[in-house]
Amino acid sequence: MYRVKVYVTLRESVLDPQGNAVKNALHSMNFNEVEDVRIGKYMELAIGKTDRNVEEIVDEMCKKLLANPVIEDYRYEIEEVAVK
Amino acid sequence: MKFAVIVFPGSNCDVDMYHAIKDELGEEVEYVWHDAQDLSGFDGILLPGGFSYGDYLRSGAIARFANVMKEVVKAADEGKPVLGVCNGFQILLEAGLLPGAMRRNEKLKFICRPVKLKVENNETMFSNKYDKGEIITIPIAHGEGNYYCDEKTLEELIANKQIVFTYQDNPNGSLNNIAGIVNKRGNVLGMMPHPERAVSELLGNTDGLKLFQSIVRSWREAHVTNS
Repeated sequence: MYRVKVYVTLRESVLDPQGNAVKNALHSMNFNEVEDVRIGKYMELAIGKTDRNVEEIVDEMCKKLLANPVIEDYRYEIEEVAVK
Repeated sequence: MKFAVIVFPGSNCDVDMYHAIKDELGEEVEYVWHDAQDLSGFDGILLPGGFSYGDYLRSGAIARFANVMKEVVKAADEGKPVLGVCNGFQILLEAGLLPGAMRRNEKLKFICRPVKLKVENNETMFSNKYDKGEIITIPIAHGEGNYYCDEKTLEELIANKQIVFTYQDNPNGSLNNIAGIVNKRGNVLGMMPHPERAVSELLGNTDGLKLFQSIVRSWREAHVTNS
């Protein structure tokens, strides 16, 4: 089976109000070296045996549901793990 | 005219919508559950506000894959009026029936209060009872109403007069003060403000009633002889 980690963040061109609020909070704590904060989502998927190409499936799921391509970017890591 | 109010798990403005149609507008209306397979008996489709599927993942993201949405797409393709309010608007965006997406409100707060809107286009089937440029007061209640689309889409929205309502005093950071847009064909309207909460003299505001009356007027002109 596969363990898949999916990361979804707002696209660079889209203002992230949450990220900005957190950045300002960090600045007020004197972490002035912080230049940017982007808040996103992290998902873990366990995918069982399949005849299809796993990367293809994950990409399709991201496009159709897990991310909204109008405002979000996504990336993923796929790891094959042995079934116990 | 017969309306369907689509009810998803987590919808919470369905009763207001039903009441607006039945008691204030005086037309036929039924609740339709999210797994319904057939909307052919209805003349107009209403997607109410709320938090369908708990707003999990993104507002409207999961509702968009509910069974009934295939039928909503079909109704839209047939030219029937489809109105999505608040969460209903978010669902229409996720479903691709309208362009763009919603972001968190600029100030990150859930905002619940009446706002002033300007009727930018009064030549749609949802706005023909208003005057062009009319200022109306309609309540909003949302945390994610900060409309976004890319520049090319915005140019198209403007060129095709798809922006129907704008905020007079932008509450949420929405691009170009957009409060409500229609699709190119003009039969699908999404808006964040709640017209169904502004239909009763008793509750002090009837500015939303004309929106529903506009739908009925367009429908009568198209479907009833001697109307």
